[in-house]
Amino acid sequence: MLVLEDVNVYYGAIHALKGISLTVNEGEIVTLIGSNGAGKSTSLKTISGLLRPKQGEVKLNGEVLNTVPPQKIVERGIAQIPEGRRVFSQMTVMENLELGAFLRKDKDEVKKDLEYVFDLFPRLQERRSQLAGTLSGGEQQMLAMGRALMTKPKLLLLDEPSMGLAPILVKQIFSIIETINSGGTTILLVEQNAHVALSIAHRAYVLETGRIVLSGDAKELSESPEVRKAYLGG
Amino acid sequence: MLSFLKEHKFKFIGYGLLLIIGIIFPIVSPNRYYLTVATLGFIYAIAVYGLNLIVGYLGQLSLAQAGFFGLGAYTSGLLMLKLDLNFWLALPLAAIITTILAVLVGLISFRTKGHYFVILTLCIGVIINLVIEKWDSLTGGVRGLIGIPLPNPIGPLEFKTLESQYYLVFVFLLITIYVMNRISSSLLGRTFRSIRNSEDLASTLGINVMYNKLLGFAIAAFFTGIAGALYASYIRFLGPEISTHHLTFEFLLFLLIGGQATVAGPLVGTLIASVITESLQFAQEYRMVIFGLMLILIVRFFPGGAVGEARKLKVKVTDFYNRRKAGNYPSGPGAGSSKGKLGVPSKGESHVTKN
Ligand SMILES: Nc1ncnc2c1ncn2[C@@H]1O[C@H](COP(=O)(O)OP(=O)(O)OP(=O)(O)O)[C@@H](O)[C@H]1O
Ligand SMILES: [Mg+2]
Repeated sequence: MLVLEDVNVYYGAIHALKGISLTVNEGEIVTLIGSNGAGKSTSLKTISGLLRPKQGEVKLNGEVLNTVPPQKIVERGIAQIPEGRRVFSQMTVMENLELGAFLRKDKDEVKKDLEYVFDLFPRLQERRSQLAGTLSGGEQQMLAMGRALMTKPKLLLLDEPSMGLAPILVKQIFSIIETINSGGTTILLVEQNAHVALSIAHRAYVLETGRIVLSGDAKELSESPEVRKAYLGG
Repeated sequence: MLSFLKEHKFKFIGYGLLLIIGIIFPIVSPNRYYLTVATLGFIYAIAVYGLNLIVGYLGQLSLAQAGFFGLGAYTSGLLMLKLDLNFWLALPLAAIITTILAVLVGLISFRTKGHYFVILTLCIGVIINLVIEKWDSLTGGVRGLIGIPLPNPIGPLEFKTLESQYYLVFVFLLITIYVMNRISSSLLGRTFRSIRNSEDLASTLGINVMYNKLLGFAIAAFFTGIAGALYASYIRFLGPEISTHHLTFEFLLFLLIGGQATVAGPLVGTLIASVITESLQFAQEYRMVIFGLMLILIVRFFPGGAVGEARKLKVKVTDFYNRRKAGNYPSGPGAGSSKGKLGVPSKGESHVTKN
């Protein structure tokens, strides 16, 4: 459904993405792994239209997204959970979730999706009138995911959902990512934590300083010596 | 659910009080001077409501506010004086013209962010002020515009007395508060606040940041233009000083005293500041020194302003009672079921007791 063809992105003179090509098929979990500064976040921002490729194309179901404004890209069904500040900290949990449904007109469906989100994350329901900034790191991650689900995305872009979370919580978050995927949402997952990412993904790409150096079946990659050495600690 | 009802109860009480006090004030007011202070306070409050939308909700520190106020005042005044237009035509026209100019200004200034935006809007305010001051043949320059007519009567309703002018302004204030309340509790208000919180995050949700900033700016300018027009026909004399940055900073001070991004804040802040101003008359020019000191204290210790801090206090008090009732655990549906699907220990349920 999503295709990147020879995408080049610059920050001024810095050449951050040097001709990236990748494909995400409908229903898949695809992961993009790589170390700090490899260009993972840059790739996601390019897909969601916050950055623009200088060269190359981003295509969704055949349509070129290069000049489509970010809000229209959300309308097309791509939701992004950015890294770092993920929630509107000065707004309540409920307001955050409602903003997720910003573009939607199907109010009845929105209600159902809200129930679905509360089903996945009962914690959010308990804390729905709390300010998002006062949630714990894990809860904020859940809220960010819940809010993204409220956009009813076809493709969900996740930027390092494991960042800053305790291992037990990482496991739970990733099992929820699998649940979301089995509900029919395609997922592109960016991670430094290659181990968990490869454990749930179908396919994977390895990014190094703006270039894709390896790609293939997630299981095969997790067994390949290069990946084991560089990302899985031997 | 209970807290939801309570929240609305507070709102209803607030509106009731506003309405009753607002209506009986001219009757019980000991002298006409207070009435003038109140009327002028209401006019300023309308402009501060506009500012609240940009600064409070959208988080864009615009310093062109007095420029727009002056623009509204001069437009309405000139339309009435030079073209003999009826007040009821001049006022909406002034509001619309102010809005159109604000959109043009917004198109330029929203291309910048942070400090650049602040400086740019300050410059725009200064430019508007200079145009008013230097365009002698139209605006009368430093001499100003004299003899702006009173608002035209509506049927039998005339606006010759101070009381009737007070009620006229009061009605406009009520309309302003009503609209602001609607915006605040709607998706639009939430959209504005999300932009204040994080523009990048907002745009990942499909929010068109530029469009919404312009929209907020336009609505704000519309009300500021109305306030200007009301001022013109109330004071009946206009000088270029009503469009200087001094007034902008006063508006800003009123907003900070009352509380940004709240519906009651602009009115509360303007009234508190008006009372303080009047009681500081003896200090004359040094008033601004005292105000400056107040501003520092507010920003440092009470960033929520009167309304924001009162709200915080209310939350603390309800929290305290809820805790007492629920035996130290936060109340609310499902709060007891800490073994939900995800058993994250949260702050409220920490097993380490502080204090
Ligand atoms: N706004 C920016 N201006 C200039 N350079 C940038 C900017 N953002 C990122 N870069 C550079 O682009 C490269 C890729 O950054 P990116 O954020 O995509 O890395 P990443 O793979 O997401 O890293 P991490 O795992 O640390 O989040 C880095 O060298 C970074 O320094
Ligand atoms: Mg990153």
